[in-house]
Amino acid sequence: MSEVILKVEHISKQYRLGLVGTGTLSHDLKRWFYKLRGKEDPYLKIGDTNDRSKAAKSDYVWAIKDINFEVKRGEVLGIIGKNGAGKSTLLKILSRVTSPTTGQIKTKGRIASLLEVGTGFHPELTGKENIYLNGAILGMTKAEIKAKEQEIVEFSGCQRYIDTPVKRYSSGMRVRLAFAVAAFLEPDILVVDEVLAVGDAEFQKKAIGKMQDISKGDGRTVLFVSHNMAAVENLCTRAILLENGKVKFEGDTKDCIQMYLKGKKTTSSDFDSKFIKKVRMLNKNNEVSDQFVMGEDFILEITSSGIKNTTGLHLGFFIKDTYEQKLTAFSTAMKSVVVEQNNGLDEEVFLFKIKKPNLIQGDYIIDISVSFKKGGRLDFIDSAISFNVVASDVYGNGVLLNSHFGKIYLDVETTLKINS
Amino acid sequence: MLSKKEDEWLYTISGKRKLIDFNFKEIWRYRDLLFLFVKRDIVTLYKQTILGPLWYLIQPLFTSVIFTLIFNNLGQIKTGSIPPFLFNLAGITAWNYFRDCLNNTSSTFTKNQNIFGKVYFPRVILPMSITISNLLKFGIQLLIFIGFFVYYYTTGYELSINSNIILFPVYVVIMAMLGLGLGMIFSSLTTKYRDITVLLTFAVQLLMYVSAVPYPMSEAKAKFPPLVAKIVEYNPLTQIMEGFRYMLLDIGEFNLTRFLYTLGISLFIFLIGLVIFNRTEKSFIDTV
Repeated sequence: MSEVILKVEHISKQYRLGLVGTGTLSHDLKRWFYKLRGKEDPYLKIGDTNDRSKAAKSDYVWAIKDINFEVKRGEVLGIIGKNGAGKSTLLKILSRVTSPTTGQIKTKGRIASLLEVGTGFHPELTGKENIYLNGAILGMTKAEIKAKEQEIVEFSGCQRYIDTPVKRYSSGMRVRLAFAVAAFLEPDILVVDEVLAVGDAEFQKKAIGKMQDISKGDGRTVLFVSHNMAAVENLCTRAILLENGKVKFEGDTKDCIQMYLKGKKTTSSDFDSKFIKKVRMLNKNNEVSDQFVMGEDFILEITSSGIKNTTGLHLGFFIKDTYEQKLTAFSTAMKSVVVEQNNGLDEEVFLFKIKKPNLIQGDYIIDISVSFKKGGRLDFIDSAISFNVVASDVYGNGVLLNSHFGKIYLDVETTLKINS
Repeated sequence: MLSKKEDEWLYTISGKRKLIDFNFKEIWRYRDLLFLFVKRDIVTLYKQTILGPLWYLIQPLFTSVIFTLIFNNLGQIKTGSIPPFLFNLAGITAWNYFRDCLNNTSSTFTKNQNIFGKVYFPRVILPMSITISNLLKFGIQLLIFIGFFVYYYTTGYELSINSNIILFPVYVVIMAMLGLGLGMIFSSLTTKYRDITVLLTFAVQLLMYVSAVPYPMSEAKAKFPPLVAKIVEYNPLTQIMEGFRYMLLDIGEFNLTRFLYTLGISLFIFLIGLVIFNRTEKSFIDTV
């Protein structure tokens, strides 16, 4: 039962930064020359760890470095981490799309991946033809697909359109069909990356249910990568947290998610990005804080450079919960900015006073974005700052709202009219 | 107990590469995919075109007419008792198959990076499927050739098929190996250096002229400078073209040494192609 089915040993992957095509020939020649003399690859030694926000010292970077873990049969392993932590690279190596620079992975079962659904769908072919083609690409034989065709069509909910070319499908239908094919795959190890980001709520529920069936019912092993913490918590029996290409935590799913969320919390942050220099939050008394009382105003202070001087450029922010679900957003494009001259400063400071925020107690995260009104994002800081909202008696009658009531409360005037 | 368990691993993913590392068992496991790719290519090729498969006929016919005008009428190339048009059509039919195999397989990696970037299956399945689906086009063009052959035969030309026609499938296989082998080599090179794509397009065009497509080997020997004649003679494609015309039109001669030479070269290029392709497929997605 608890037999190890997948063993990842010292897996590392190195990428070259910048433009491929400039200097590759000279690097290739140098590599070849070193190899000829029986020496080690000169480019393997150098290379930074994978930290997106810092400027690189060398041309090479380790996307993941020295990853070790084991997966037992029937386990659903969640892999979480920030953008660029190396999750996708790891999955790509596991699904044999690319090979590791060093290290090895041993497996006792066949691995099939669901990196992005709909791979290999041909727009001119009908739904049914695509089921066969897609199934075969994912490693099924014709006979296997034929045996499951009916189930696949039913699960996808696309019976009516099954003989229509896929190019006439809506994107949602395409995803449903693709997921259906993949769901009926019978690999020993299934690799899933972010599929649940698409499709409507009903289908997502269906998909999560199917994944649970796969892992629980048939004892299949699943590696699940997602930013959706709720889904990870729901599905996974164990989780791994990746940070800067290394395993930061391995173990219980809940602990792992806690660790991940903790890593995202900061009260005042300095940034070395193009526009954003510093982000702070102030309470109603203009004191720096990350604790705010429900219903009280607070201020988001963003110190930047170059935004005011660029015509059409706007600064905005998103407020999201700890499960990465966006709650709301605001941008200078939405409402005109009151400009105050302040001669003492040579940098620009944006003060967003958020009046009567209707947030229920809990933890919240802010993303910051610099973009043009018509689109075109120039800078984005994921999880720039986080804050906590403390419970308070906003309705003045002793009722304390907690997460059970959601994230947002309403200021409601209730009128009761009685005919007399 | 522990050592026994170690042996049970189904396969290992690692960065180290062996020079020759084919997994024929795996390719066999994916045979259904090969046929589905072939089917896809054939079904979708002429969707949303007006003339559809007629394009298969138009291209070789027009090229043959042009060749006849330029090489035979203007250039005075002798084709013996064979009508020049039929002579050219035979050469072009064979050449087209080789050219399509080479051109289509040479873009395997760059054209399919989307799908290669997401799932694993033995990459070699794709160029193989292209070679097979091109057979359909080749078959249709061969039918046109047969049509004209019958037409000329009934209008009084002395035409005959050589008894060595039984070698026909062998020649097709040789041609497929050569096209596929070269295609795999070029597809591997283009992942890093896109210059190759540009080079290939006109190199294939030039190659046709040193492969005895619009003229017989005998004319090349008589009229070309000795060096060029040697190049043409030792070009395996020349031997294939000559072989096709020998079988279909009974001109030229069959030379076993040359046949074996061509077979050997083609097999060699095919194997080299496989090795290079195999080395590239592991991590091309990082450089493409």
